[in-house]
Amino acid sequence: MELNQLTIHELQNRLRAGEATALEIVQALFKRIETVESRLKAYISLMKEDAFEGAIRADEAIKKGDINPLTGIPIALKDIYCTKGVRTTCGSRILHNYIPPYNATVVEKLQQAGAIFTGKTNMDEFAMGSSTETSFFGATRNPWDPERIPGGSSGGSAVAVAADECIAALGSDTGGSIRQPAALCGVVGMKPTYGRVSRFGLIAFASSLDQIGPFTKDVEDCAIIMNCIAGYDPKESTSVPADVPDYRDFLSRDIKGWTIGVPKEYFIEGIDPEVEQAVRQAIKVVEGLGAKTRDVSLPRTKYCLAVYYIVAPAEASSNLARYDGIKYGYRTPDSLDLLDMYKKSRSDGFGAEVKRRIMLGTYALSSGYYDAYYKKASQVRALIKQDFDEVFRTCDIILTPTTPTPAFKLGEKTDDPLQMYLSDILTISANLAGIPGISVPCGFSGSGLPIGLQFLASHFEEGKLMQIASAYEKNANLEKRRPHL
Amino acid sequence: MKYEAVIGLEVHAQLLTDTKIFCNCSTKFGAAPNSHTCPICLGMPGVLPVLNKKVVEYAIKMGLATHCRINAQCSFARKNYFYPDLPKGYQISQYAEPLAEFGHVDIEINGEKKAIGITRIHMEEDAGKLLHDEHNPVSYVDLNRTGVPLIEIVSEPDMRSAEEAAAYLKRLHEILVYLEICDGNMEEGSFRCDANISLRPWGETAFGIRTELKNMNSFRNVQRALEYEIKRQQYILDDGGEVVQETRLWEDGQGVTHSMRSKEEAHDYRYFPDPDLVPIDIGRDWVDEVEKNLPELPLAKRERFMGEYQISAYDAGVLTVSRALADYFEEVAKRSGKPKIAANWVMGDILKFLNEEKKDIKDCPITPSALADLIGLIDKGTISGKMAKDVVEQMYQTGKAPTAIIEEKGMVQITDESTLSKIISEVIEANPEQVAQYRSGKEKVFGFFVGQIMKATQGKANPKIINDLLKKMLTKS
Ligand SMILES: [Zn+2]
Repeated sequence: MELNQLTIHELQNRLRAGEATALEIVQALFKRIETVESRLKAYISLMKEDAFEGAIRADEAIKKGDINPLTGIPIALKDIYCTKGVRTTCGSRILHNYIPPYNATVVEKLQQAGAIFTGKTNMDEFAMGSSTETSFFGATRNPWDPERIPGGSSGGSAVAVAADECIAALGSDTGGSIRQPAALCGVVGMKPTYGRVSRFGLIAFASSLDQIGPFTKDVEDCAIIMNCIAGYDPKESTSVPADVPDYRDFLSRDIKGWTIGVPKEYFIEGIDPEVEQAVRQAIKVVEGLGAKTRDVSLPRTKYCLAVYYIVAPAEASSNLARYDGIKYGYRTPDSLDLLDMYKKSRSDGFGAEVKRRIMLGTYALSSGYYDAYYKKASQVRALIKQDFDEVFRTCDIILTPTTPTPAFKLGEKTDDPLQMYLSDILTISANLAGIPGISVPCGFSGSGLPIGLQFLASHFEEGKLMQIASAYEKNANLEKRRPHL
Repeated sequence: MKYEAVIGLEVHAQLLTDTKIFCNCSTKFGAAPNSHTCPICLGMPGVLPVLNKKVVEYAIKMGLATHCRINAQCSFARKNYFYPDLPKGYQISQYAEPLAEFGHVDIEINGEKKAIGITRIHMEEDAGKLLHDEHNPVSYVDLNRTGVPLIEIVSEPDMRSAEEAAAYLKRLHEILVYLEICDGNMEEGSFRCDANISLRPWGETAFGIRTELKNMNSFRNVQRALEYEIKRQQYILDDGGEVVQETRLWEDGQGVTHSMRSKEEAHDYRYFPDPDLVPIDIGRDWVDEVEKNLPELPLAKRERFMGEYQISAYDAGVLTVSRALADYFEEVAKRSGKPKIAANWVMGDILKFLNEEKKDIKDCPITPSALADLIGLIDKGTISGKMAKDVVEQMYQTGKAPTAIIEEKGMVQITDESTLSKIISEVIEANPEQVAQYRSGKEKVFGFFVGQIMKATQGKANPKIINDLLKKMLTKS
């Protein structure tokens, strides 16, 4: 095993025991990046120099015994987090040259925990997409089959972890943008409760849905990262001042006597039979661990996609108004007047999917339509949340597939936005309800594509997710595979 | 035809907090362009707002002072439009859930009282400023003002004349300044006013088509613009035309309003709740706490002064124009125990001196206690009222105590009767002709003698003693 193939906790042991240095880890990683990156395009920008300097500093710190939770651990950041002095594009032409003057709160937190940053990963433009094909910097490819998409919008982060181009990565999840690519790339991905992790410095797509979370190689690593990034931030008004437990404490606990809800609405028509089979198998595994499963209903599931595609574009249409060519980012070189400058800069600066959503959102908020669309969607959203509250009265966890199908082919759905939107159908509800969710690998399709299993829990119950995901991971006896590249 | 004007005002007042509404940048006016900015007020990608609680407190103050209901929960909304001085492409304001509603402000026109309704008071952030290059087709953006807290005070369409509108505006201004939550500077834009105005035939209850007036940066201009607009609309209506619903700009130099944008060009602001901010719960405790610390407001103070100090409505009005002036007067009145005389001194000499130098009462070199001492000295007869006029001028110029000035200039009044008798007999002896006239019944010449005595004593003689002695001595022999 190469060092870049190991998990955080494995590397921590080696670093502490003096069996490896941070520099060796970073060297191994960049060697791997050189080998596979041209085929995968996981990164928009690499931070090679920073990473090597960081490794040297980490080794000095380790020598002195000054070891923090992530000292010497290389982590990739989705290019949606503001990094001081490091270009941050959000996958868009309009920010192709933008260098933030400040760090996102999560970036600060990871830095304080000793992490080394390897680079900024590719993503759908402004996180709008489910395939990482809408990036201005080109599509990212799935390491299990480079003809296929890695999922999105955080596809670059998922691929970087799956292809051992980093040890762990951060993504953001607005409608499934962590869990869906995690599932399609065969890694662990968590979307925490809305308000659990500070959004300060995360470039906004849909503010009431966006949440930050980790991609890791196993559940223990997920807990390690969550320990570092969760918690209240006085700079973020919607972050919640609730205590953060040590998530590692949940990893060794059993799930005997738990009730697992299996919502019938999530085993829909159109779900891939191999996906369904893998998930049914997972149900047997958790039952074997002493949990009861029961059929439950989330009756408003059928409205989720419609509500999402009103709320998210509406917020996005306003969040993206600041990209006007005046202060930073792309500005058209020739314009007649102010209005012309706005029009050209935004027409040229944004890609088709972003423009589609800005128009959808603008329409949904416009005078005369607000009540019928945005207001109604907000009301239905409250009902969707009630559905979950109802189920969590009797269930500890909800278990579903993460995606209806394994990874699809590049270009397969780019001309059909509705088909593309359907690939998030099983993940969107968690964002609307604000609850946490995790996707863990649960096997492979016949053609060797990873399949993901989703657990959902009630607000601020990330610990329970760690507990069941870890128990499942240890007992599922899944075949260990690595992508062939 | 006879028309009735229907006027409503929207007032924006900058709040005097040290820092901006959603970041920690300074709100000070006049700094180098863009020096009071940070990623948050610059609208950089990824930044988020955190509400300055002081802004809420100040807004509650204004709500209470204008008899509004303070809503138990209020929230922020985004007002979306594109302009280079608005870095986020939206202004954070309040829409469906404002902080305060259903208030009123009392105005008085020619002794008639009238309540002007307040529809709502809400909090919002100010935008920046554009600076246009005079020689090149280039504009610069200064974002120092971006994020400075504002409250918008929206009135009901309750005003029926430009005069009423001006009176309402002055009253609002006075309250804001009294509360010390706004400096009220109209030229620097910390107090701004837009007006909605329409006409309707007398007796009609339905509203006519209105225009919105902007760019009136003084009380006088608000009144002038409204007067102009009333005439303009009247002319159109008399001519059988229809007023166009539009926004018009007041052109101060020409004294007219010009069309700025039509209804069709009006923005659709696409308001929606700001997902980056949580609703604000305003508990009864908070409101009570603010209410407890509310200062006495101008109207209440005016009425109290009239009752407590027995001064006229006019005098009370002048003396309560600002909190500092009212405090000054009140201290002089209390220390001297002569409120009416205190009022005359403050409104007379003191305000005259200050106005000449365009100074504020806060910078007055005469302290209230020094002025009270002066009033005491007149009362005791140490100096005459006439002498006091000179003394107060000296006090204003030097800042010295009245006793020091009186001593220095030897201005003490002559009250010693034997000294005065001697001077009087000298005057009588020197003017036998006038004495004869007086004795023959021509009492008018009495004044002549007083003048002569004052001249001989350089004005220091006590007038009352002179009066008595002179009368006695003229009739005696
Ligand atoms: Zn600022």
